Amino acid sequence: MTATKMTMAQALNTALADAMEADPCVVVLGEDVGPLGGVFRITDGLTARFGEARCYDTPLSEAGIVGTAIGMAMNGLRPVVELQFDAFAYPAFEQITSQLAKMGNRTRGAVRLPVVVRIPYAGGIGGVEHHSDSSEAYYAHTPGLTVVSPATNADAYGLLRAAIESDDPVVFLEPKRQYFTKEEVDLDVATPPIGRAVVRREGADATLIAYGPSVAVALAAAEQAATEGRDLGVVDLRSITPFDDGTVMDQVRRTGRAAVVAEAPGFASVASEVVARVQEQCFHSLAAPVRRVTGFDVPYPPPKLERHHLPGVDRVLDTVDELQWEEG
Amino acid sequence: MTQQTAPPPRAGTSSDQPDGPHALDRPLTTPVQLIDPDGRAVDDDRYPLPGTDRLLRLHRALVAARRLNDVASALVRQGRLAVYPSSHGQEACQVAAADVLGDGDWLFPTYRDTAAVVARGVDPVEALVSLKGEWHCGYDPTELHVAPQATPLATQLPHAVGVAQAAALRGTGEVVLALCGDGATSEGDFHAALNFAGVFTAPVVFLVQNNQWAISVPMSRQSAAPSLAHKGVGYGVPSRRVDGNDVAACVAVLDEAVERARRGDGPTLVVAETYRVQAHTNADDATRYREQDEVDGWVPRDPLTRLTAHLRSSGALDDDVAAQADEAADALAATLRASAVEDATPEPSELFAHVHAEPTPQLLAQAALLADELDDAPQGSPR
Repeated sequence: MTATKMTMAQALNTALADAMEADPCVVVLGEDVGPLGGVFRITDGLTARFGEARCYDTPLSEAGIVGTAIGMAMNGLRPVVELQFDAFAYPAFEQITSQLAKMGNRTRGAVRLPVVVRIPYAGGIGGVEHHSDSSEAYYAHTPGLTVVSPATNADAYGLLRAAIESDDPVVFLEPKRQYFTKEEVDLDVATPPIGRAVVRREGADATLIAYGPSVAVALAAAEQAATEGRDLGVVDLRSITPFDDGTVMDQVRRTGRAAVVAEAPGFASVASEVVARVQEQCFHSLAAPVRRVTGFDVPYPPPKLERHHLPGVDRVLDTVDELQWEEG
Repeated sequence: MTQQTAPPPRAGTSSDQPDGPHALDRPLTTPVQLIDPDGRAVDDDRYPLPGTDRLLRLHRALVAARRLNDVASALVRQGRLAVYPSSHGQEACQVAAADVLGDGDWLFPTYRDTAAVVARGVDPVEALVSLKGEWHCGYDPTELHVAPQATPLATQLPHAVGVAQAAALRGTGEVVLALCGDGATSEGDFHAALNFAGVFTAPVVFLVQNNQWAISVPMSRQSAAPSLAHKGVGYGVPSRRVDGNDVAACVAVLDEAVERARRGDGPTLVVAETYRVQAHTNADDATRYREQDEVDGWVPRDPLTRLTAHLRSSGALDDDVAAQADEAADALAATLRASAVEDATPEPSELFAHVHAEPTPQLLAQAALLADELDDAPQGSPR
């Protein structure tokens, strides 16, 4: 198959359909995922194609959705659940962090839970409150969960297929502001596995480390920097847990300077974890302290103020300017 | 898996409910009782008294369950178990929950349901692994379809519904029985579970053991409903109240619920009225919140005394049969005592083995770190 132009929403939809076609144990459940096809249309057409036994609407209870998915996985199915928005997932917090994450360990590996929790994630769409949280730190901090976020449409397809095939529970964070961005995707080209970061842009002067929706920001910043004579590389983490130290450290050692770009509040964040790991593993290669470029430590702002909160190209480049460059 | 049509969402009718949506009075207000506290049979036009063979089987199970509670409590006092939440006084619910299930059916127990877990056939030594502090769940839940004992309240109930939904989707014919207490009915997960079960006609039975106390908080602080069985009405889930200290009534009512689930007619909420005779755990002091008179008032309603009196008066239980039940319980007690003195501390490396299906590179590094620490530790130092 040759590459075709598709949106991230279409890539995700195709991944779900292909997974359901390949494995009759894959079921999709959530709020409005049936005839409506999801509020973002990610499950469009699945009920019509596979029947309401395989893709169905549930009562409106996130704890019930994740909780019943856990039971389904205990009894041979591979459920993919959709929690409608990042901040609407919190009623399921107990089920995700204390039940889903721990069952394998609790039972000494006797019960594995191949559940994918899909969450339309993060901001930038002008959503009213509780529709734009970057909630990855909660899940990444929980042992037992795999946490991934695609930045490209090819990864949206590849990572979702891999997540569904994983025997571990996966929190799948979909950057919702990219849902309707079109890219060339060749579904026959395998993407790297979960746990592997990818260098999206080689650069000699400094490394920007990002994931999910912030990868596009980092790439735009690198593009801008190039016009100003500075050569920035971009690493897309793809997988927050497991974390690919090798790819990240390799790039940082080559450039000696790094900044992490993420739109979550920076305090006690995944960005903080990345910075800590880089300092621990690359200290002697660093020419400057590793910096974070993040959202502010404020509740997600109302639509008219969100552009001030989200790290943009200017904030990234201002931070890069502070990486103790030698005069010249 | 067997591919078959999943249950469609139910179309808002209650015609399949034996009592109809509004016939609340009898099933909800009067607990079913088939043997009274003095051991006399009680006529009930809905539920026949189980046959003698079954009652004798239940008697043996009750004797064993009582012994399990007694021995485990003693092992806590001896420092051999970290804690034991006893189901003393609730053994009728415990053994009934195990007795009504068939091969392949699922049991979802809580921390207070060790007697039900053992009655279902789980190795009693494995069942106490958690309370010995060796691991979290000591048995393989996939072997006998007994889920790990839930420590947080009601979190296992949505899992039970999901297992039941999967059973229906896969056409396995399995039924799920989920246990919880009165306190758990206040949790959101109880609501979610009953609501989902009702909507999806899931083959699941919820057995609430209303033992009147959630640690120190009485039933009056859990709900203003006339009874916990009334909660089923809001979910379109038929409900039954049963004398939870009458094992004959418990199996009769649960049999009906299990059969209903097996037929594909959906969930049932069974509320068993019983009593937590002992404190919440050995770490609790029940004298701080309830009167001894209240506890004393429940003693004459004891489930084992009651069934024994019934079987003695009918002549089914003679000294020989009673001795056989005691011998089996003695063997169980001996097994538990012997295992309790064994130090079965797991290998520290196991901390990292099960977190993910495949350990992450970071966990492998941490496992190596701990291994180094252990290598460096002086001989004989505590691990």
